[in-house]
Amino acid sequence: MDINSILIAAAVVGVVGILAGILLGVASEAFKVKVDETEIKVREALPGNNCGACGFPGCDGLAAAIAKGEAKPSSCPVGGEPVAKVIAEIVGGDADVEKMVANVRCKGDCNKAKEAYEYVGPKDCRIAANSPGGGPKGCSYGCLGFGSCVKVCPFDAIHIEDGIAVVDKDKCKACEACVAVCPRHIIEIVPYEAGAIVECNSRDGGKEVKQVCQVGCIGCGMCQRNCPADAIHVEGKLAKVDYAKCIGCGTCKEKCPVKIIS
Amino acid sequence: MKLTFKGGIHPYEGKELTMDKDVIEYLPKGDVVYPLSQHIGKPAKAIVKKGDHVLAGDLIAEADGFVSANIHASVSGIVKVIEPRLTSSGSKVESIVIENDGLYESKEFVPNDKKISEFSKEEIIGAIKDAGIVGMGGAGFPTHVKLSPKEPDKIDRIIVNASECEPYLTSDYRRIMDEADKVIDGLKIVLSLFPGSKGIIGIEDNKPKAIALLKEKLADDPDITVNKLKTKYPEGAERQLIYANTGRYINSKMLPADAGCIVHNVDTVYAISEAVREGKPLMDRLVTVTGDAIENPVNIKVKLGTSYKELVEAAEGFKEDPAKIIAGGPMMGKAIYTLDLPATKSSSAILCMTKDEVTEYESSACIRCGRCVSVCPGRVMPNMLSDLAEAGAIDEFVANNGMECCECGCCSYVCPAKRHLTQTIAGTRKLVLANKKK
Repeated sequence: MDINSILIAAAVVGVVGILAGILLGVASEAFKVKVDETEIKVREALPGNNCGACGFPGCDGLAAAIAKGEAKPSSCPVGGEPVAKVIAEIVGGDADVEKMVANVRCKGDCNKAKEAYEYVGPKDCRIAANSPGGGPKGCSYGCLGFGSCVKVCPFDAIHIEDGIAVVDKDKCKACEACVAVCPRHIIEIVPYEAGAIVECNSRDGGKEVKQVCQVGCIGCGMCQRNCPADAIHVEGKLAKVDYAKCIGCGTCKEKCPVKIIS
Repeated sequence: MKLTFKGGIHPYEGKELTMDKDVIEYLPKGDVVYPLSQHIGKPAKAIVKKGDHVLAGDLIAEADGFVSANIHASVSGIVKVIEPRLTSSGSKVESIVIENDGLYESKEFVPNDKKISEFSKEEIIGAIKDAGIVGMGGAGFPTHVKLSPKEPDKIDRIIVNASECEPYLTSDYRRIMDEADKVIDGLKIVLSLFPGSKGIIGIEDNKPKAIALLKEKLADDPDITVNKLKTKYPEGAERQLIYANTGRYINSKMLPADAGCIVHNVDTVYAISEAVREGKPLMDRLVTVTGDAIENPVNIKVKLGTSYKELVEAAEGFKEDPAKIIAGGPMMGKAIYTLDLPATKSSSAILCMTKDEVTEYESSACIRCGRCVSVCPGRVMPNMLSDLAEAGAIDEFVANNGMECCECGCCSYVCPAKRHLTQTIAGTRKLVLANKKK
């Protein structure tokens, strides 16, 4: 083969390469995307789980919103106070966060709550909730214990123990993934240092509750009558705490005859 | 070629247990319970109160709205209480409990001797509505609503679903063998509502005697044909039945009326005849009490509201301890955990089995054999849908036509890996429907 053809080919490729390089160089300057420096800094401060608990499309979405001033520095429930402080330094503003955690309002485990029947089928609460009676558990309000919440938790903070879901309060970041998936809607977000939590979700009357569970709210109203701060009320046969009013005195825990307030 | 649809299965029929036995009539001894929601739509509104005395045939709860149905007492007695009671669906439903006085006194019904052509449409639909008739095949859709489609002129086929494709069930067959005239009369009454429409009785070819009987009775009738269908499950599912009989295809977003069809169960047309001709409300139905755990499997003419426990006793009780009891047929019925349930307008059977075959198997991973796809009458891919359902991918589930599933159970029946396909898909369909309502 002629040496010339090799040289020509090399030259053509070389020239094309140089031209393309110049073109790309010019284009990168001409079409430069303007990036908000603050946004990048905020993004770096965020944990990067992309869990969506803040309500924005992932950490990038939240970073953009914080940089524009559309969200508070404390908007990331996962990062909590440390992250809020860092972000507050970047964009200014308030870094106060009240730590919240998820809580499963059921303590009716295998020993304390009755099963109505033996369930055969997919081990998934959302599917089991469609079987007769809304699932095998005798109580139609309690935790089914098939762990749909465990599967969706991005922080390994909820586990099935003795047939009911239990939240690891220190790992929980209150991202609400479990709240959304639970077909029985028994998971709620409560303050980490809540003074009193009603650990039951049954809106049945006392007699029906007693038939199926040893640790169910019977709606007797003892807590409501004895609360000094008017912070606990029985609504539809179930006690409910107003965390804003609760002073954490512990009277309701003492007075509750079935000991379901913790 | 036999009339049928694509897909389907052929499970053990189990019909020989009760098929040729005479129907027995059973009068309840204990309390009689009437759930206010025995139909699709709004629950009925109780119009009696505790302590009231009622006669059989008295209206005790009236339809609350258009898509709702009246409920009548089936025995005489005193209203004991109105409270939530467990029904065969597994949930508690507000129910009227009547303390049966054991006299079975009945209200007088006014028969109507007019010819069919002399009845006005309003009279017929009014009589059906007053009688509280709902679809008795299982879904319980109020019949007067079904008979009042948006465009009545488009209806040209009235199909009576006599295929009874669920294994073990023979109540529709017995109804035809014993009361063929009334069944045909009921169909004729419905046909009179839609001038120019043709009647079709669709019946599976495993019931040759019933086919012969109907053909003989309808030999001179040009308006009604008896269609022999291939014995295959789910031949009696509404969409499949319409396809097999007329070649018209409907999907989950359409009603049979969109294909010019109205489909009724055998027992429903029988009840229509009784309501229009004799002024009788819907107070009883046929229930097949069967299965290998039952001493004397038989069809029972049951007063609505009778407890399942009494019905099992009427069939001479259990021969062996049952391992599984199902309200309805084995394919689409629901397993129940107590017999303390009332028979309702849509209770077709109580099936008691000595062996619970479902719990004996562990489900394992899908081996991609495709059997579920080949039997699916809804023409979807159950293997893929159940994967999407398990992953909680609701949008993809809908995009892959998950809503076309009719929950017939064919996929679970054929699955060699014993996967809970129907259960998973059905659960997700309910989730989708619930989300839509929000």
